[in-house]
Amino acid sequence: MGIRLLSSPVPTTFEDSALPCVLPSVDRVIEVRQLSKRYGSTLAVDDLTFTVRPGRVTGFLGPNGAGKSTTMRMMLGLDSPTSGEVLIDGRPYRTLDSPLRQVGALLEARSVHGGRTAHNHLLWLAQTNGIPASRVTEVLERVGLGGVRKRVRTFSLGMGQRLGLAAALLGDPPVLLLDEPVNGLDPEGILWFRNLARDLAAEGRTVFVSSHLMSEMAQTADHLVVIAAGRLLADTSTAEFVSAGDTLEEAFLRLTGTT
Amino acid sequence: MNLLRAEWTKARTVRSTWWSLGVATVLCVGLAVLLGLSWRNNQDRIATGWDAVRNGFLSLTLGQIALVVFGVLLASAEYSTGTIRASLAAVPARGRFLAAKLGVSALVAAVVSAVLVLGTFVAAQTSMAEFGVSFGDPGVPRAVVGAWLYLTLLCVFAAALGMMLRSTAATLGILIPVLFLNSQGLGYAPGVREVAQYLPDQAGVVLMQATEPDAGLFARSYGFGGALAILLAWCAAATGGAYLLLRRRDA
Repeated sequence: MGIRLLSSPVPTTFEDSALPCVLPSVDRVIEVRQLSKRYGSTLAVDDLTFTVRPGRVTGFLGPNGAGKSTTMRMMLGLDSPTSGEVLIDGRPYRTLDSPLRQVGALLEARSVHGGRTAHNHLLWLAQTNGIPASRVTEVLERVGLGGVRKRVRTFSLGMGQRLGLAAALLGDPPVLLLDEPVNGLDPEGILWFRNLARDLAAEGRTVFVSSHLMSEMAQTADHLVVIAAGRLLADTSTAEFVSAGDTLEEAFLRLTGTT
Repeated sequence: MNLLRAEWTKARTVRSTWWSLGVATVLCVGLAVLLGLSWRNNQDRIATGWDAVRNGFLSLTLGQIALVVFGVLLASAEYSTGTIRASLAAVPARGRFLAAKLGVSALVAAVVSAVLVLGTFVAAQTSMAEFGVSFGDPGVPRAVVGAWLYLTLLCVFAAALGMMLRSTAATLGILIPVLFLNSQGLGYAPGVREVAQYLPDQAGVVLMQATEPDAGLFARSYGFGGALAILLAWCAAATGGAYLLLRRRDA
């Protein structure tokens, strides 16, 4: 499976998969509507409108500082938009009941107390949403951290990312928001993540993945939302975006007018 | 209930909780023994109207710092470690998150304070020997309950202030001078006292004494009920402030 996906930059798993859907709802779209965020005189996010659909991996692409993390924090209700809104399944994040069962998130900045073990970090998270403690062991196994007892402070960057992914998967959510998930992963980890993201999408979930690594996104995402300086540049399939026959980097640079 | 359990898990799975609560116990009870012995061996300094309960509780004014550190860390560690983002993504309703956070700080503080106050009382009064008092003596039960309420509410106040200020250093930098300078001097300085007596630790002094002096250094313009109201007002103000800031600020 991994090899096939590796060799096909525009995979078609979504179309040809007829997997039965075990999720509570398949129509968990994320709607970003005229979203803006201003910090003082800087407009970090400038009137973004796009929709993220289930059943495929949507890449959120842009250079560092483009406003990707700010947008994702607003999706999670952590930061308040200056104007506009984000709706998940028709509702703002802050009004969701048991949000971890509906949206799983990996944030770019580390959000774990270094003095806790991975298990204890996931345990309190599970308890907030009434998720059984047995699920903690399950997701730790799934991300390859089963049996790791040490404190998070001593984790490598890659292990920290795996813990973040475990937290996102904890509530078995139909929507996943992953901010720079391959950051710090080794080649094996990157391949593992690519398969994980594609499997989650094939199960009918909405998978939204940000990255500044173009070539990585070209191999993982079916659809791309591209932003620069807070503005939407493209909302298109990966195939169309790179159709000119060049690499994603070249397509991106042509779009931003850098070359 | 789920949220209280989660906050309790957070509290019990970091070492700082056990360190701060352990230090609080050692300071309060250990120092109470030394102070009790000191009073017994300085009998000539004990005047009539000397309050064995208040003087036996002196070690609480030092030990409370460790309890305050516990309360502040419960809140400020959310921000110093970035856990706040995970917390608010899991519990987006700011009011429920704050209620669980402060609820657990209150429950833990109530249990620990009960141990601290009873341990300190027994240690101090026993080592004072014939100058000590017992639980049945006039004013003693009220002072013991008062000391317990004071420490519990102080911890909640510290946690709420920590949620407002977000920084361990800033919160302790404000609380420790207030709790120390005041008890050690400002609260008794003429002119300043009229205002300073409404600070939390001064209300605490009134709560944990068996007799209410009507004149002199220790006289205050409020009694037990007033002191409790003052402490509750501080807690309410800090909680309200924390809620408003939590709602308004980006995490």
